[in-house]
Amino acid sequence: MTQRTLECSGLRKVFDDLVAVDDVGFHIDAGETYGLLGPNGAGKTTSISMISGLLMRDGGTVTVGGREMTTTSTDAKALLGLVPQDIAVYPDLTARENLTFFGRLYDMDGKTLKARADEVLEIIGLSDRADDRTEDFSGGMKRRLNIGIGLLHKPALLILDEPTVGVDPQSRNAILESVEHLSREGMAVLYTTHYMEEAERLCDRVGIIDHGQIKAEGTRRELVQMVGQHDRVRLETTGSVDAAVAALDALDGVAKSDGGDGSIELLVIEAGEHLTEILSVVTESGVAVSGVDIDEPNLESVFLHLTGRALRD
Amino acid sequence: MMRTTWIIARKDLRQRIRDRSALIVGILAPLGLAAIFSFVFNPISEFEFSADYVVVDEDGGPAARLFVDQVLGGLAASDDITVEELDTVDAARALVDVELDPFSDMETADAAFVIPAGFSSAVASPDEARLEVLASRGSSTAAGVAVAIAEQFAGEIQTARVAAATAEVLGAEGDRADTGFRALAIPSLASVVDAEATSKILDGTTFYAAGLAIFFLFFTVQFGVNGLLEERHAGTLPRLLAAPIPQAAIIGGKAITAFVLGVVSMVVLVAASTLMFGAEWGNPIGVFLLILAGIFSAIGIMGIVGAFAKTAEQAGLFSSIIAVVLGFLGGTFFPIGQAGGILSQLRFITPHAWFMQGLGDLAGGNVADVLPAVVALVVFGLVCGAASFYGVRKGLSR
Repeated sequence: MTQRTLECSGLRKVFDDLVAVDDVGFHIDAGETYGLLGPNGAGKTTSISMISGLLMRDGGTVTVGGREMTTTSTDAKALLGLVPQDIAVYPDLTARENLTFFGRLYDMDGKTLKARADEVLEIIGLSDRADDRTEDFSGGMKRRLNIGIGLLHKPALLILDEPTVGVDPQSRNAILESVEHLSREGMAVLYTTHYMEEAERLCDRVGIIDHGQIKAEGTRRELVQMVGQHDRVRLETTGSVDAAVAALDALDGVAKSDGGDGSIELLVIEAGEHLTEILSVVTESGVAVSGVDIDEPNLESVFLHLTGRALRD
Repeated sequence: MMRTTWIIARKDLRQRIRDRSALIVGILAPLGLAAIFSFVFNPISEFEFSADYVVVDEDGGPAARLFVDQVLGGLAASDDITVEELDTVDAARALVDVELDPFSDMETADAAFVIPAGFSSAVASPDEARLEVLASRGSSTAAGVAVAIAEQFAGEIQTARVAAATAEVLGAEGDRADTGFRALAIPSLASVVDAEATSKILDGTTFYAAGLAIFFLFFTVQFGVNGLLEERHAGTLPRLLAAPIPQAAIIGGKAITAFVLGVVSMVVLVAASTLMFGAEWGNPIGVFLLILAGIFSAIGIMGIVGAFAKTAEQAGLFSSIIAVVLGFLGGTFFPIGQAGGILSQLRFITPHAWFMQGLGDLAGGNVADVLPAVVALVVFGLVCGAASFYGVRKGLSR
């Protein structure tokens, strides 16, 4: 069996009487991006803090590259790169000095460190501002440096805790592209977010977390199927739709159809595969179609189904 | 671990140099205040004792002459005290009773000793022997010293009487009075010599330079010991804790930062106050030992605040209160040890008092004399440092 880059199980953390994390477990392999999706206060940061050895856990196990993670285990921490939710850079140091300082903490030095710092500055697009103090940087530039420090020592596992909060669209896109690039290069990535679009774009698998518990886990498709969600198709029509609706109900892949005033609404399994057939049946029934709108189920609707509330609640 | 500790300390020191706050608190503020205090208070602190006494011997007996010739004659040998023998009590009273007028050239006396007729006979008998002191209202210190001299002589008379009575009981031959006078004339086997004690008092410039240096030291070391709270505030603490380094290295880095800032601040202050204001700190080795021990104690005490405060702002407030209270109680602004009473003893619960005491001991002695103060400061540092280390570790390992 190949060794998991990250394996955690039964994670539990209690603050006074509040159970912040309860029985959280998942694994990540090399080259895989795992998303922890949940609203603010769901237990994402607490889980990450235990995984990265910042916080003592009240229960469960964490191994990184087969090495057990605790608050004092330096060998496991050496394999991990952390990008905290809050910007963690020194404002009175330059971008290069920030990178160099943290690089030294990971036993890097000399020419190797300088070359790697230059490389990272290139990746995060700050080469031309390398020797400027970060106090003069924009929020987006600080965010990019925040990520750069995390990946400086080429960690086996990169943990990003809501890295795009408060970032302008341009920087946000740059950050997401960087994560995709790192994943392609074989780095295991743990990505927490409450932005459904980011999780759908980046993550190979997603764990939906709420009230400190993983409610469901899998690929996007698996999650959608798990909760029985279908694509919603709306056809703009002219003419009587009754015959068309009766014919559509008999089609494979159509779970339900409803005719209304100038429109037909359908719940379809894999709308893309059945759309041509649906349109044929409708036109053959004497109904003219003036518009088509397909609404695929997403993680937002999965979250809503699982928790009864929206991600941003 | 040492490598990592130095990496963190170097980073912190670079930040401190750049924000200039340590420069202001550690060097400029104490130096400026020391200069002001020195200029303002030096005339007071450099006050030198002097007294003019007169004596009237109406007795002329052996006990009276002993007092006039040996006791007062000995005092008159110093440059700061004059003793003049007058014939009449009225003449003496006239000099003592003069209203003090700084613009008057009239001759005055701080106190007059009057030895009444029959004094020596009374001394030789069980009767009461009286020695009068007429004190001037305008010179309480010199008059107080005159009373103390008379009381000291009265004590010696009592000792001589006991010696004579003892000799008689033991069957010694000779006159009892003669035995008593001979006992009175014997110089004290052990006498209190205050020559060293006067040299243990720091001059005004040195006192204020040293006092303000140790006072501001407690603010300077804050820049190091509160570093963890600042890392937490800046959001960089999680990153440090996630790095493959021992937690002790992070704490050690902050302590080294505080120590280096403290050493630089104190050494610059010693050198600058010596060169610019003429402060006399004493033997450099002794001073350096005191500085190191003082910094150690300051880091320990302020470390407790840093360990248990929740935010950097809270730590700054608590630290300021503690630094000011300890500074005042420890006598960094005025020589509280000379005030007497419970305060002069209570001051030794502060490192400031031990530091000042150590400097005083060094001024009147040698390097070895600072060791008690150094040991006391190190004990402060060890006890408080252990408590703060425990608190910080507990806070980091939640």
